[in-house]
Amino acid sequence: MKGFETPTFECETGNYHTFCPISCVAWLYQKIEDSFFLVVGTKTCGYFLQNALGVMIFAEPRYAMAELEEGDISAQLNDYGELKRLCLQIMTNRDPGVIVWIGTCTTEVIKMDLEGMAPELESEIGVPIVVARANGLDYAFTQGEDTVLAAMAHRCVERDLGSADERQPVRSPLSKTEYSKPATVLPAGEGTNPPLVLFGSLPSMVASQLNLELKRQSVRVWGWLPARSYTALPSLGAGVYVCGVNPFLSRTATALMRRRKCRLIGAPFPIGPDGTRAWIEKICSVFGIRTKGLRERERHVWEGLKDYLDLVRGKSVFFMGDNLLEVSLARFLIRCGMIVYEIGIPYMDKRYQAAELALLRDTCRDMCVLVPRIVEKPDNYDQIQRMRELRPDLAITGMANANPLEARGIDTKWSVELTFAQIHGFTNARGVLRLVTRSLRRNDLVGDLGWAANPAEAEGDNDPLTQR
Amino acid sequence: MKLAYWMYAGPAHIGTLRVASSFKNVHAIMHAPLGDDYFNVMRSMLERDRDFTPVTASTVDRHVLARGSQEKVVENITRKGKEERPDLIVLTPTCTSSILQEDLQNFVRGASITSDSDVILADVNHYRVDELQAADGTLEQVVRYYLNKARGQGTLGRSLANIPSANIIGTSTLGFHNQHDCRELERLLRDIGIRIHQIIPEGGFVGNLHNLPKAWFNLVPYREVGLMTAVYLDEEFGMPCVSTTPAGIVDTAECIRQMQECVGKWAPVLLEEEVDYEPYIDRQTRFVSQAAWFSRSIDCQNLTGKRAVIFGDATHATAMTKILSREMGIRVCCAGTYCKHDAEWFNEQVRGFCDKVLVTDDHTEVGDMIGREEPSAIFGTQMERHVGKRLDIPCGVISSPVHIQNFPLGYRPFLGYEGTNQIADLVYNSYTLGMEDHLLDIFGGHDTERAATEPSPVEQDPLIWSPESQLGLSQIPRFVRGKIQGKTEKFARQNGITNITLEVMYAAREILGT
Repeated sequence: MKGFETPTFECETGNYHTFCPISCVAWLYQKIEDSFFLVVGTKTCGYFLQNALGVMIFAEPRYAMAELEEGDISAQLNDYGELKRLCLQIMTNRDPGVIVWIGTCTTEVIKMDLEGMAPELESEIGVPIVVARANGLDYAFTQGEDTVLAAMAHRCVERDLGSADERQPVRSPLSKTEYSKPATVLPAGEGTNPPLVLFGSLPSMVASQLNLELKRQSVRVWGWLPARSYTALPSLGAGVYVCGVNPFLSRTATALMRRRKCRLIGAPFPIGPDGTRAWIEKICSVFGIRTKGLRERERHVWEGLKDYLDLVRGKSVFFMGDNLLEVSLARFLIRCGMIVYEIGIPYMDKRYQAAELALLRDTCRDMCVLVPRIVEKPDNYDQIQRMRELRPDLAITGMANANPLEARGIDTKWSVELTFAQIHGFTNARGVLRLVTRSLRRNDLVGDLGWAANPAEAEGDNDPLTQR
Repeated sequence: MKLAYWMYAGPAHIGTLRVASSFKNVHAIMHAPLGDDYFNVMRSMLERDRDFTPVTASTVDRHVLARGSQEKVVENITRKGKEERPDLIVLTPTCTSSILQEDLQNFVRGASITSDSDVILADVNHYRVDELQAADGTLEQVVRYYLNKARGQGTLGRSLANIPSANIIGTSTLGFHNQHDCRELERLLRDIGIRIHQIIPEGGFVGNLHNLPKAWFNLVPYREVGLMTAVYLDEEFGMPCVSTTPAGIVDTAECIRQMQECVGKWAPVLLEEEVDYEPYIDRQTRFVSQAAWFSRSIDCQNLTGKRAVIFGDATHATAMTKILSREMGIRVCCAGTYCKHDAEWFNEQVRGFCDKVLVTDDHTEVGDMIGREEPSAIFGTQMERHVGKRLDIPCGVISSPVHIQNFPLGYRPFLGYEGTNQIADLVYNSYTLGMEDHLLDIFGGHDTERAATEPSPVEQDPLIWSPESQLGLSQIPRFVRGKIQGKTEKFARQNGITNITLEVMYAAREILGT
């Protein structure tokens, strides 16, 4: 039963629509400027990337498919030799600072030992090779970034605790070829906190906005995972504090804690002004810093959102779930006065998201609404049946369902846009609401001209007579 | 392994899904990992479909990898049968499932016992066929399945319809302008008194397939999808097939004449009359289609001898090559297709209509060829459009793969008589307008960019362009300026000239024929 106390979790069949996790190359190759992403997969993977990335594909992107052919599948060709040939080709044409191999479903099924081959090839051709298994057998959409960052975490140099100057790293035993120097975001001398590394790929403008928010509280950010370039990855080690900026980074968090002995700051995610304040407060409390002026700043941001808040207040939302940002977004929208019927989510890491879930619970209590049900691995078909009864004002959903839902009179927002848009920090709260309210604003502008979907049509879905 | 950034034809399962979801009340279940249902996005976004795409996945996850799908596929099929009550469920293997080597046929057998729907396994090999071949194969498989079933039940419709009628085979969802073409063909056939018996797969019901042989003949407008079905129907039931694509004036007439031949066999017996479509062809050519007149008009004269490169699927690239060279007098310097499996037919068709033939599925090869040929217009896919943008050459899109702008809301057929009008517009608008071109030539162009901004090789000794020759260069229309500059400089280097004067420029022009 739903209640104020704890969110209830349900798990369905996992028959839902989402993007393949290899889509992470789209934003990661732009973020890590000296990288080249090689997706080792089939035509199916290539077709997805080519269509999902749209016009980016024409801009000579720094990624490519290593397309497996029948000879590769039946092991008539030597994997190592083939990959070496392609990587040398990439080196000649693009000269990247790092090559990231993205393992796919096919490499899993034929058990291609990418992790085993990478170190050998790396020393042979002299370019670091990072292996991330971002496949659809195990992961959904944004979790692709998680696998890449978890792999990158192993390649950050080891922080030398004995060194007087903390910024001076020593070579990591893991890396043979790289010559990493830690990126110092702020000049030395500001902030006295222990080294803090934030993880999660954000557009550089958003990253510097978050740096600035923390600087206002005298917290110094030591580095980001990922940095702008592979060679500028931060150094890690015991005594380094890490904090995530996105809800889908649980593997990275685990890798940082277990393998690199970092200390994780479990905080809600800086999405929405409420989330941003909670995120900063948590970081400050770990470092024993008293925040100053934070509540005023948050209040100020909320005041600036007033026009949008009037629009969304009392409206209902249904998250079908496909990118793992759902809990944070739902929490923000509840704080905005919306009613959330259901939070669909591909995968729920209750430990990594613990602080976010607690904030969701508190938010629901403050706003006097029931904690929405959280549906893991949702079933799209069942969700659509539920939506027919609930008739939410807005469905946040993938593109496969958006047009059919609109045709049935349910306003939608593509969840993919929320993945690519800038949604973090105080500054971008308005951006989130701009996206969420778009269909509501369209309805106000277009008005009811009488051709919104006919409910009878929506019911007669299976009746061939109503089609065509 | 091969390094690939872009592909012209998609993977095999896309073809199967296109055919399955084109039929009404047919559901496809993919045996695929999470995220492989991207087909649903494409259909929902590109075709702006109002209904949920009838494709779901029976997810292959880590557990399936470890233990096999076991009852999962059968359960999913049975469940979908109950939820949607489809006539047919097509179990679709993907690249991942085809290397798992599970006995999907056995699942199908099991599911067809428990489910009220018919269940078949799409018979495609991911590593041997592409999207188009798979679509062709799946359509034949579905038709064969229902005709065999009907034969077993004794419900096969073999008696010929009493009026001339045709099946249109091969229009499918996500096909290039397929829906508009289909409407145009319906109109064309109605005009000459031929009834449309069935259109498959788009909008057809599998429950009607047993009646397919009642039609007098089959019309296969696109070479890529439908030909296998037509061949099967010919072998099995002796149904004649018209497979000339009615694109352009000449081929549309040819297609109608072939239809006349098919109808003419039976009409004297069944209708007690002779059919003659010649007056119709003549009327349409001269008055309905503007294309015949356009090719005589003064505008089209300006296109005479202009150069074009054509690339696309076999059907559209062939049709465009013939139209451009035969009907408009445009010089096709290279015609190409990515349908490698159909190279022989393509070569045969375009022979005599173009200077060169290119059969490849590597977009860089096509890009390089365009760079070398420097045509004044390209007719290709979205990829060629982007090559054109980079090289500043206009491009008309004539074939898949396409973007959302190639699914127009307005009526834009490529086939039939209205199609000839659309193509004429496309071609004409792609070239710089005749008079505009002429005026640019006279007045040195309306752009203010200096000729010097054109790229020139930096590693060689710099060549000096005299003020006069610079002026001369700036008077050349921009879209050929780079080419002339390049050729002049090449000429100068070959002859050890460092100072380019007007004389050198003219000499180069005379010798290199720029």
